[in-house]
Amino acid sequence: MRGPQGVPLYMDWMKIASALMLGLMIALLIPRAKAMLENSPQAKPGDWTAALIPILGVIGFVLLLMSMV
Amino acid sequence: MPTQIVTSRSEGVVIQTNKLIRNTYTLLAMTLLFSAATCALSMMVDMGRGAYLVSTLAAFGLIWFALPRTANSAAGLGVVFAITGLLGFGLGPVLSMYLSLPNGSQTVMTALGGTGVIFLGLSAYALTTRRDFNFMGGFLFVGMLVILGAALLNIFLAVPVLTLTISAAVILLMSGFILHDTSRMVNGGETNYLLATVGLYLNIFNIFVNLLQLLGIAGSDD
Repeated sequence: MRGPQGVPLYMDWMKIASALMLGLMIALLIPRAKAMLENSPQAKPGDWTAALIPILGVIGFVLLLMSMV
Repeated sequence: MPTQIVTSRSEGVVIQTNKLIRNTYTLLAMTLLFSAATCALSMMVDMGRGAYLVSTLAAFGLIWFALPRTANSAAGLGVVFAITGLLGFGLGPVLSMYLSLPNGSQTVMTALGGTGVIFLGLSAYALTTRRDFNFMGGFLFVGMLVILGAALLNIFLAVPVLTLTISAAVILLMSGFILHDTSRMVNGGETNYLLATVGLYLNIFNIFVNLLQLLGIAGSDD
């Protein structure tokens, strides 16, 4: 069966199911995120730099991969 | 005498940490192989695209409701394999779709290799520096909520630029989670190897899926 724009109707159900799944994940994650915000230790000087250096490496690596394909 | 007690205690902690890391990476390797097998099975039987959604939903049901109850028992091992098997099975139709595209096999292999390099590089960084990345926890979880919200919106809006942005953001967020989760193992924040394995597996899985999407977009002619 197809919808008004020729899109199969099960695609609409997939969208609804995906949205429900994401909504459920958000609902389950909110208390965990609150707890993490309250209990995470404060960053010491240099901590963010130490975390950002490898993340910048990942950004560069992904850009390199994207230019290769 | 007190020095000896302190030394033997810290040696005990080091032994426990090394055991946790060894068990986690062994189980992670086994679960990755298992999910590759279930993925191959799903591709062979030519599962429809709905399989991805159903398998992911079932896997997340196990993660949220079964894993916390079984993480300290032998049954937890079965739950971990069920989760990773389901996620691998769900990946089958997605890989089939990419493999049917021009240069699809190159895209899939690049995403696979790229994921491996990112995971090994970040793990090696966290293990060798032994820095405590626990401070990132709140930031990473809030970031995850923002991305999930954007993904929810994009289901209905279907904006290509937003899809690209979400994929890139997920890769960066999961990279942060690899640092965070590995440092939790090293610094005693995580003592259960089943939970540690599932955490790292999800990081790898999400990086692979989103890198595949980015490379698919970058490699397309449109």
